[in-house]
Amino acid sequence: MRTQLCDGLIELANNNNQMIFLTGDLGFMALEKLRDKLKGNFINAGLAEQNMIGVAAGMASEGLIPLVYSIAPFCYARPFEQIRNDVSFHNLPVKLIGNGGGYGYGVMGATHHAIEDYGVLLTLPNFHIFIPCFNEDVNLILKLSYFNEKPTYIRLGIDESDPEYVPPKYEAWRQLTFGDGPVIIVTGPIATTYIKAFEKIDKKNRPNLWILCELPILEDSLPKILIEQIHLTKNLFVIEEHVAQGGIGSQISLVLIKNNISIESFIHLCATSHHYDKCGSQKYLRKKCGIDLNNVLSKL
Amino acid sequence: MHFESGVGHIGGNLSCIDVLIILFHKLISSKDKFILSKGHSAGALYVALWSIGILKDSDLTTFHQDDTLLAGHPLPNKIKNISFATGSLGHGLSLSAGIALSKKIKSIKGQVFCLTSDGEWQEGSTWEALIFSCHHNLDNLTIIVDHNNLQGFGSTDDIASLSPLSKIINGFDLEVVTINGHSPEEILSSLKKKQNKCRMIILETNKGNGVSFMENKMEWHYLPLNKDQYNKAIDEVDSV
Repeated sequence: MRTQLCDGLIELANNNNQMIFLTGDLGFMALEKLRDKLKGNFINAGLAEQNMIGVAAGMASEGLIPLVYSIAPFCYARPFEQIRNDVSFHNLPVKLIGNGGGYGYGVMGATHHAIEDYGVLLTLPNFHIFIPCFNEDVNLILKLSYFNEKPTYIRLGIDESDPEYVPPKYEAWRQLTFGDGPVIIVTGPIATTYIKAFEKIDKKNRPNLWILCELPILEDSLPKILIEQIHLTKNLFVIEEHVAQGGIGSQISLVLIKNNISIESFIHLCATSHHYDKCGSQKYLRKKCGIDLNNVLSKL
Repeated sequence: MHFESGVGHIGGNLSCIDVLIILFHKLISSKDKFILSKGHSAGALYVALWSIGILKDSDLTTFHQDDTLLAGHPLPNKIKNISFATGSLGHGLSLSAGIALSKKIKSIKGQVFCLTSDGEWQEGSTWEALIFSCHHNLDNLTIIVDHNNLQGFGSTDDIASLSPLSKIINGFDLEVVTINGHSPEEILSSLKKKQNKCRMIILETNKGNGVSFMENKMEWHYLPLNKDQYNKAIDEVDSV
């Protein structure tokens, strides 16, 4: 999604001179065009993430709109107190962009993984989270984030859908597969690894796969058709590349309870550890915690 | 105010009240910004804002009480001239640098003044901000250090000495001057001097300045005043 990010930011920069891009020394072979376009409004803040967030908050207080980019955990975990005190408490429009959401950095190791990012940030006031699923989502999400007057966080990942697949037009909630099987709600581009296999399942058993791209989940935000499907099947899966604590599994459960929606079966597949006995690629780590396609199919 | 509320932090308030009064009466205009990085000196800032009419007598009586806007450390978005909630040390200089750089990017005039404590220079983020400020040549930023040499549980020299701070700072590309932090003339002339780079003014100050039994005593970082101490302190201040 980095190509789409760079192109989208260049497009945004054309009409918005209050845009500032700060990077924590990330962007080699990805953001050079953006740097050339933004000139003085592109700031490599170096390896100093706490300062980068504080500077961004100061800039936002002066009417600029700073976008802050780094490897996801360096973006939200290292400078957490600056995000909390300087950005969130003051409801300043600082836009965090974390690259490599979930296990995206794979074999680079546990320090580079981001499997508690949106849970942590949603504990803070005013934050709005965007999790693009498809490459096509990035451009619109950038605009939604940029013009949202609140602090936001965009969790970037890798779209693994087939090149010929045309995703439905962006919405916070979208249904990707249709059938009479269980309801499956997913965050992040891991959903793109399920689509093709689900489409091959006969209609009677085919899951209703939903992708959720914005958080928090408000009490009245569930699409009507999704509620109807849950009522009908009473069989719900929630899958996320995020730990259970603070994840969408617990958020959705709360919304269901508050809306008196009862279910008979609830399966929550999620990141189960920050580090396992051995490390490997994103695909390997997804398999380790059971959010890979084969394990999902075995649970249906 | 502190006595009536039964709270401490008075020592570090008295060490910086002189510079705050001078800043708000003689220097800061509507184009300028002030950031209190040493948020535990909120009491002194409230008094400075009261002295220029931003806060009223009735506001000060609510200090540290229930239902107040004047908490022990500044609250977010509550009081004119207080842009940020501070209190966790090591935040203010980055915020100030962001404001100063914004003014340069937007070609807007105005100075940014950031008041830090001396203990705050033990925070890594403060050094991150200093590197950034020098690198971006923030010649509209003045860093003021309240160098009272005492912190929460000992002297700054005993805990993690940076003494003399000016010698260490001199390795950075900024203007540095050390002055008597209780001399109005020295404070005013150093703040008024034209700057060509990011600059730092190190104020040599006394914790608890102006009250003999408090001066340079660590306990007045935290302790509240009792009635006798309060009366004695008032007598001393009135006699000056």
